[in-house]
Amino acid sequence: MTVSVDQIWGWLDEVPDPEIPVISVVDLGIVREVVLEGETVKVAVTPTYSGCPATSVISMDIETALRDRGIKDVKIETRIAPAWTTDWLSEKGRSRLEDYGIAPPQPAGGPERCPHCGSRNVTRVSQFGSTPCKAHWRCTDCLEPFDYFKCI
Amino acid sequence: MTRDMAFFEFLLRMGDNTLVLGHRVSEWCGHAPVLEEDIALANTALDLIGQTQMWLGLAGEVEGQGRSADDLAMLRDAWDFRNVLLAEQPNGDFGQTMMRQYLFDQAHVLLLEKLAGSSDERVAAIAAKSVKEVAYHVERSRDTVIGLGDGTSESHRRMQAALDLLWPYAGEMFTDDEVSGIMAGEGIAPEPSSLRAAWDAAVQQTMSEATLVIPDSDFAHAGGKTGFRHTEHLGHMLTQMQWLQRAYPGARW
Ligand SMILES: [Zn+2]
Repeated sequence: MTVSVDQIWGWLDEVPDPEIPVISVVDLGIVREVVLEGETVKVAVTPTYSGCPATSVISMDIETALRDRGIKDVKIETRIAPAWTTDWLSEKGRSRLEDYGIAPPQPAGGPERCPHCGSRNVTRVSQFGSTPCKAHWRCTDCLEPFDYFKCI
Repeated sequence: MTRDMAFFEFLLRMGDNTLVLGHRVSEWCGHAPVLEEDIALANTALDLIGQTQMWLGLAGEVEGQGRSADDLAMLRDAWDFRNVLLAEQPNGDFGQTMMRQYLFDQAHVLLLEKLAGSSDERVAAIAAKSVKEVAYHVERSRDTVIGLGDGTSESHRRMQAALDLLWPYAGEMFTDDEVSGIMAGEGIAPEPSSLRAAWDAAVQQTMSEATLVIPDSDFAHAGGKTGFRHTEHLGHMLTQMQWLQRAYPGARW
């Protein structure tokens, strides 16, 4: 079969992040490179946080997705440099995060607005949230708690 | 001591600090005073153990004896560990845990900032990755030390007691020796003593905001990072941490 690198990127864009399934691993910016060498597909993946338990699941999901498309030889390389940054989140990913109720990262270091009601009156509960990549915030208008995808 | 022997020792110091402290912090999982703190502690532990995989993974590579990060973490005995004594001290109450965390985080972040410019690109990559996480650790541990120190009379009393108890364990993070001399000569890592002034300044500032008094004596316990003499607490911790591999050698997940 003949496949192109673009096609593989498209397939990977259908692999959901295991903890935030509304965005893909490509949206998350952790797929750094796709290389085709004969029958072998090499995918370079950068972990978000060193201890993130989702990292090994993501590698497995990528491998499974490519095998399901008929790729027999998949090699996943874990690449730690340059270190992952939230700047690599795609625009599509950012807006899907907000629709899902997670405030996307902002250079100012805190959420721009409450993802539920849009209020700008928000306050931090904790630098650490339900997963390593998120902080815990609360809206002082609608009073709902929400996750903020923190800048790194 | 050859360069590679010193490099291996240095990497064990990095990885054993994050492993032992990460395990200690993980002991809080499910026991912290409030849910947010439980989550924060578990996340911190996770970061530290993730960093351990990178440091000990590289240590095994440099040693060249085929030992993996898991082998180094789970199959060495107390005298082969190279973490500072501060990291292995018991959790005590929540305030004591946060004081230990702050004293360590403040040194950790200063060291990692320097290591990000290491002449060894593998060390530089691990440090550049880790420092982003540790910046969040120190932000939180600093805020908590200030909040509890400058809190109620009870929380203040406990934080001062924690500082008095842990202060003699902080100095070990800044002592130089043959290993650090070789690392500095190679441009791999700075001499620990070179970080002391910046650490002192930051800790002074934090403790003054926390209304806590730093003890006069700079007496410092030693023996953790050289492995010469750990406190009794490390062995007890390892019996728990390594239990599965000791009881079922070679068991895999
Ligand atoms: Zn709201």
